[in-house]
Amino acid sequence: MATAAAPSGRGAPELVAPELVAPRSPQRRTKPGAAKVRSNFELYAWVFMRISGLLLFFLVLGHLFIMNILDGGVQRVNFGFVAGRWASPFWRLWDLVMLLLAELHGTNGLRTVINDYAERAQTRFWLKMLLYTSAFLVVTLGTLVIFTFDPDL
Amino acid sequence: MPKAPAGTLYRGREGMWSWVAHRITGVLVFFFLFAHVLDTALVRVSPSSYNEVIEVYKSPIVNLLEVGLVAAVLFHALNGIRIILIDFWESGPKYQKQMLYIELVLFVVLLVPAAYRMLLHTAETLFGSAT
Repeated sequence: MATAAAPSGRGAPELVAPELVAPRSPQRRTKPGAAKVRSNFELYAWVFMRISGLLLFFLVLGHLFIMNILDGGVQRVNFGFVAGRWASPFWRLWDLVMLLLAELHGTNGLRTVINDYAERAQTRFWLKMLLYTSAFLVVTLGTLVIFTFDPDL
Repeated sequence: MPKAPAGTLYRGREGMWSWVAHRITGVLVFFFLFAHVLDTALVRVSPSSYNEVIEVYKSPIVNLLEVGLVAAVLFHALNGIRIILIDFWESGPKYQKQMLYIELVLFVVLLVPAAYRMLLHTAETLFGSAT
C-alpha cells in the first residue's frame, strides 16, 4: 500500500511521495532482542512460482484435456475409470506432482493476496493460519488418497 | 489520457487489467482445487459415494460451470507464460501489450473448440438428439 504521510499540524497536509521498495527485495526482520535477520524467502517464493507455473501449464492443461475433452469427457468418469488410470504408476505420479505443485502454487498466491489486502496485522495472521491449515489438509488428504487407493474397495 | 491520481500505483490499461484477471482466476481455481481434492478423496470411501458426487459434474449446469473453470485455468496458464516472458525475456516488458493480445487470441482459439466438445453431450441430452 502506498500511503502518504499523515498530515502534521493544522495546516495543509505534507505531500510525501510514497516510499517504494523493489519487489522481492530481501526483508529485514528485526526481532526483539535479536540481531537483524535478512531473508531471501520472497525471492525463492518468486522463483518457485515461475518454475511450478511452467510445470503446471502442462500438467493441469493436460489433466483438463484428458478429463473433460478426450473421448466422452467427464461423462465417462466414474470409480472404474479412476481405478483404470491409477493402475498405472505414471498417472499416479502425474496426479501427485500436480497436486503438490498446484496446492503450493495456490497457497503462495493466496498468501500474496492476503498480504496485499488485509491491512491489520492480526487479520493477516489469522487468514494465513487458515490458509496454511487448509493447504496442509489438502496436501495430506490428497497424497494419502493417491498412495492408498484400493481398486477392489 | 488523464494522469493517474497521486497515491496509487494502479495505472489501468492492459498491464493492470491482465494482473487483475490473473488474481481473480487464480483465487477461483484455488478454491475449486480445495473442493476437487475433497470430492476425489471419496474414492477412498466407497465407489458408490464417489460415483454419486461425480454425477453432479455431469449435470448440465455444473457442466457449464466446468467450461468456466477451464476458461479460468486457460487464461491463468497463458497469462502465466506471458508473466514469465516479461520477467526473463529481455524485450518482455517492451512487448507486454502485444503479448496480451496474442494471449487473448490463443485463449479464444483454444477455448471455443474445448467448450464445444465439453457441452456437446449436455446439449444433446437437453435438446433431444442424443441416441
